[in-house]
Amino acid sequence: MNDNNTIKLTYREAIKQAIREALQKDEKVFLMGEDVGRYGGAFAVSKGLLQEFGPERIMDVPLSESGFVGAGIGAALNGMHPIVEVMTVNFSLLAMDQIVNNAATLLHMSGGQMNVPVVIRMSCGIGRQLAAQHSHSWEPLFAHIAGLKVLSAGTHEDARGMLLTALQSPDPVIIFEYTFLLNKEAEIPANAGAVDITKAKVLREGKDISIITYGAAVYKTLDAAKELATTGVDAEVIDLRVLRPLDEATIFNSVKKTHRALLVEEAWNSVNVSSEVSARIMENVFYELDAPVQRLGGVEVPIPYPKHLEEASVPQLADIMNKVKKMLQHD
Amino acid sequence: MIEFKMPSLGADMEAGTLREWLIKPGDSVKRGDIIAVVDTQKGLIDIEVFDEGTISELLIKENEKVPVGMVMALIASDKEAVVKKEEKIPEQHTEEKKPVEKIMAAEVPHGIKASPLAKRIASEKGIDLMAVKGTGEGGAITKEDVENAIAEKMAPKEEKKMAVTENIRMAVAAAMSKSNREIPHYYLETKADMSKALAWLIEANKQRTVKQRLLPVVLLLKAVAKALTEVPDLNGYWENGLQRKTDINIGFVVSLRTGGVMIPAIHNADKKSIDELMASLNDVISRARAMKLRSSELSESTFTVTSLGEDNVETVYGLIYPPQVAIAGFGSITEQPWAETGMLDVRPVMNITLSADHRATDGATGSRFLKAVKNNLLNPGEL
Repeated sequence: MNDNNTIKLTYREAIKQAIREALQKDEKVFLMGEDVGRYGGAFAVSKGLLQEFGPERIMDVPLSESGFVGAGIGAALNGMHPIVEVMTVNFSLLAMDQIVNNAATLLHMSGGQMNVPVVIRMSCGIGRQLAAQHSHSWEPLFAHIAGLKVLSAGTHEDARGMLLTALQSPDPVIIFEYTFLLNKEAEIPANAGAVDITKAKVLREGKDISIITYGAAVYKTLDAAKELATTGVDAEVIDLRVLRPLDEATIFNSVKKTHRALLVEEAWNSVNVSSEVSARIMENVFYELDAPVQRLGGVEVPIPYPKHLEEASVPQLADIMNKVKKMLQHD
Repeated sequence: MIEFKMPSLGADMEAGTLREWLIKPGDSVKRGDIIAVVDTQKGLIDIEVFDEGTISELLIKENEKVPVGMVMALIASDKEAVVKKEEKIPEQHTEEKKPVEKIMAAEVPHGIKASPLAKRIASEKGIDLMAVKGTGEGGAITKEDVENAIAEKMAPKEEKKMAVTENIRMAVAAAMSKSNREIPHYYLETKADMSKALAWLIEANKQRTVKQRLLPVVLLLKAVAKALTEVPDLNGYWENGLQRKTDINIGFVVSLRTGGVMIPAIHNADKKSIDELMASLNDVISRARAMKLRSSELSESTFTVTSLGEDNVETVYGLIYPPQVAIAGFGSITEQPWAETGMLDVRPVMNITLSADHRATDGATGSRFLKAVKNNLLNPGEL
């Protein structure tokens, strides 16, 4: 802790603190996933937790996503509050049937009798040269599914706090964490803890343009906004945080103020979260727009292995700045 | 219920901006009352009503831009009972606010690139986007451009006057381009001996005060009006065929000092006496120059007369003002050698031309008209 009552920690440490706090607070909470116990987690997020909480609460599972996600759903149906870790989003397709056909639908199918209070965490996105099969950004796939609540932890505060609130939900919650951010350090309030999981957040106020983003693009966008400020552009930055259901009010209020919207994310451009946000802006605040809504998404290729090509496949700071300048351009 | 619509004040007019209602719901109006002031390319025009009754509802707010033909107000004819007027009107008025977008759709011509916000503000503030230069991406009109246009509009009146003259220039340009593009003109010309007419005028003016004094041009108007009663095919519009008009309303071309022309109509010129005609002429010329014409005077002329007599021009070949089918042109009266019955003399002579629409009439019709005008000028006492 320092004088400002903040602490500096990595994104990885923020997630670990959240899991530890959840385990301490509620004995119905347990963590299950591939290598989360003895190995300490594929990304060392749960290192040391097995020793602290024991094998009943830090549970290594076989390499069978459909099996262990289904087991987590079953535990939730029977009154537990499991945290299921799917190592990365890339493997989540194997568990998709459990997530979509069981977790997301059982409340409806049981006529409201059976809630499924499961929290499924998965690591997501590019940035560590893991190539096409291990670098997916599949937030849009999950944001499409009715019956799920889908969160994206684009900041350290959310990495520290979203899990705690998600565990209070009676219904299934998906939390996306970002491999790219694991080693990134940031300062958060020393007393950081549970956060709201219903609202988008204005991370920076501005009047010229609303840049709406989430996930691994949040910090890049904030950096871009800072750079833009030196050129006289006052950009507002919104972290969506909740990809389903979308917090329309925050988005619309911002667009009503700035009259321009740029949507930034790393997922492929076609049919992504930005597509949905763009459509809702058009449907609801069309007459507030002073320029067409623009999207800046991932290039539509399998993510390349070479570092320079990997970087070129998702929006970078310079891309965001150029796009904003183009949108604000006046002769 | 009678619908009061935005009138067309010329072939080139697509829309006008309502500046002021001069009446309110509940007022009774009769034919000829001026009930609104509308801003057009030709400046502020007083709009008359042609029906009798009680204003039941005003559908358009002041400073709203309205396409030609849109219903602006509802008038209950006196036979209809005006029911529950008091409570109903304010309520409906707020309901009418919603279709702002509808009006906007009519207002913004296809091809204008403007942001939705810019369009909305323009519609609310009565800004014509055609006149706004876009500075956004790809030349799109943005909020900032519209706000600049509003600021310009608020600027001192002197500058606004300039804008009106420019608008008149554009209106003349549009009408004359249409004329030259669409109307196959034929041209006829003749000379008239004006000695009798001028002599008659001198006599006539002896009995009149300076204010009442007649000018040669009034004789020309009267001669034309009378000729049109004899050749009705030239008094009308070309709209899917020749539409003859029963009223003879002569549009008289008035040059504005700031450039451009206005063509106020002198209604029923054939039925007016010489003195009434002179009074009408004095009235409309001064009001045309002050840009204070009534809507009926701008839209209802059925034939046009142009005279450049004061400027030493001998012959003027006019362009027809669509949708009319003919225009008569009068040059200056100059002394010329004149041969008649084998003798040579010097007479005051004037060249008269006719430009007519060959779709509507042929040379023979035009020829009969010129002959009639000439005859009328030779017998001024009978006018």
